[in-house]
Amino acid sequence: MIQAFAFYLFAAIVIASGVLTIGARNPVHSVLWLILAFFNAAGLFLILGAEFIAMLLVIVYVGAVAVLFLFVVMMLDVDFAELRAGVARYWPFATLLALVLLAEIVFALAAWNAGTIVAPKASPTMQDVSNIELLGRALYTRYVYIFEAAGLVLLVAMIGAIVLTHRQRSDVRPQRVSDQVRRRPEDAVVNMHPGVGQGVEL
Amino acid sequence: MGESLALTLPEIILTVGAIVLMLAAAFAGDRHARTITWAAIGVLALAAAWVPGIATAGGVAFDGLFVADSFAAFAKVLVYIAAAAALVAANGWFGRAGDYRAEYPVLILLSSIGMGMMVSAGDLLTLYVGLELQSLAAYVLASFQRTDNRSAEAGLKYFVLGALASGILLYGVSLLYGFTGSTLFGDVSVALQNDGVSTGELFGIVFVLAGIAFKVSAVPFHMWTPDVYEGAPTPVTAFFASAPKVAAMALLTRVAIEGMGPATFEWRQIVIFMALASTILGGVAAIGQPNIKRLLAYSSINNVGFALIGLAAANREGVSAILFYMAVYVAMTVGSFLIVLRMRDEAGEPVETIASLSGLSRTNKPLAAAMAIFMFSLAGIPPLFGFWPKFLVFDAAVRADLTWLAAVGIVTSAISAFYYLKIVKTMYFDEPAPAYGPTADVPQTILIAAAALFVSPLGYLAIPLIQPLADNAASALF
Repeated sequence: MIQAFAFYLFAAIVIASGVLTIGARNPVHSVLWLILAFFNAAGLFLILGAEFIAMLLVIVYVGAVAVLFLFVVMMLDVDFAELRAGVARYWPFATLLALVLLAEIVFALAAWNAGTIVAPKASPTMQDVSNIELLGRALYTRYVYIFEAAGLVLLVAMIGAIVLTHRQRSDVRPQRVSDQVRRRPEDAVVNMHPGVGQGVEL
Repeated sequence: MGESLALTLPEIILTVGAIVLMLAAAFAGDRHARTITWAAIGVLALAAAWVPGIATAGGVAFDGLFVADSFAAFAKVLVYIAAAAALVAANGWFGRAGDYRAEYPVLILLSSIGMGMMVSAGDLLTLYVGLELQSLAAYVLASFQRTDNRSAEAGLKYFVLGALASGILLYGVSLLYGFTGSTLFGDVSVALQNDGVSTGELFGIVFVLAGIAFKVSAVPFHMWTPDVYEGAPTPVTAFFASAPKVAAMALLTRVAIEGMGPATFEWRQIVIFMALASTILGGVAAIGQPNIKRLLAYSSINNVGFALIGLAAANREGVSAILFYMAVYVAMTVGSFLIVLRMRDEAGEPVETIASLSGLSRTNKPLAAAMAIFMFSLAGIPPLFGFWPKFLVFDAAVRADLTWLAAVGIVTSAISAFYYLKIVKTMYFDEPAPAYGPTADVPQTILIAAAALFVSPLGYLAIPLIQPLADNAASALF
């Protein structure tokens, strides 16, 4: 019962936020709706018992990709009014694409009703162990060597990015924390005693 | 786990060394780049010192992902020596323009870890990750002189084409895994043995071979080589032409013999085509080259072709000949590039034209003599040591009933001899060009002298030393 309720809740919100992603006038709002869609899709995966994919969806898509989208949308000067003005020119092509998609959906439904292709599973799945534990076991025992080597590949990528882009600039004034901390009131504050009717002389 | 770690000790030494030196580079800054370079050479020597002991114990680590046998040991020591030579070369070459940075030795070390993984790979995953580690460091090294347009272009070209090759390789790996049910070389081989080579497996084999052929720059996957070799800083080119070539060649040999042994009939056709195409194109295309780095790039393509003839033989003698060939090839090619490093005009600017070598025998006799030795040796003229591995390769081909292949190889060898001899003629018989500026880099001079001695007729004295090692290494695969 609770599963069915959760499924309909998540599914409805995914669809609604998907529609709003396309429909929102403000592109930043679109990205925010997209994030909501990702969250609810993660919920759907949880119901399926694929908790690792659910977490990946939240961590990778929401945490990294969507935030990147936000940055790009905020930084790029995209004129959306200009883009919308093209609708009149593109609608025949867009309709064609929509028809193709519709035909495919109908075809897929027919194929689904005809029954699924039963493929033999490559390896047996263990029911009593969770996905994350299985993946963790494989990564940290059987494949630990490759896992560590992949870490080295990432280290090379990091060093490479720094080597190729970092440069010492002489025309900027960096913050020197020790100088700031060492500065005392005596160095910076002067007590003035201006007489009545006289201005302050600096 | 403890035994597995003990078998990977050279890799662990290199990893710890690379990370420590990177921290040292971050804190000490580029002023100490030369000290860090010598420290990196020390780390490589330390790692190489552990390799033979591990090979005699032998064994498989991490459930077959990593193989420590005498084949891996031979290739690994060779790779470490070549990497150390690239470090020595860089120490004397960079720096005049203040462009030497302490990350260079660190990247070479990380690339060496990748190459060690490649030659010790017992699994398609190890193969891929090792190759990626080596390549990614190489892309950065190619564009190390980032203010130089040619260097940046070389890095970009190498990166884009290398990524494409990695994709092709990965596609082949996934096909092989899908159709054989395993990524371990041994299990793939058993699956190929049991039910013959299916179409899917054949596709996988072709894609894997294509991906690795890109890394050894065998024709028709060689397009990037001349451009990248010309654009990259010369010490980096010397590195590209030596260590990664050895590693990729050893990897290709291991995956072909160990992983796809039952499919020898299928891959032999591909290897024979690549061998012939490489020797012919490497011989013909270099003839009109005015740039010495481009010429040496074609020379490396040519040499890979000869090594592939040994692989086409697919027998113990062939594998032993490949290893012997690569050992001599490293000495010849590193020596030639060290001489290219010496080619600087009076102002210290690098010169890369072959015309500038004119009359070198009158302006700088020892340098001309060394270059002549390397060129004669690359051409495979008998009294020099470069002849012997070529002979071994052809001998292996004849033993595998591929006499026609050996005959064609000898003919193409004669074509490539033309341009090597042309350089010797330019140095000895042409009117002198302006002399090169003076250099006082003692380690480089010692390295040139050592390489020249090794490939001179005196090198034949080393045969009783190298031949048993190469034979022992080859028997590890059969």
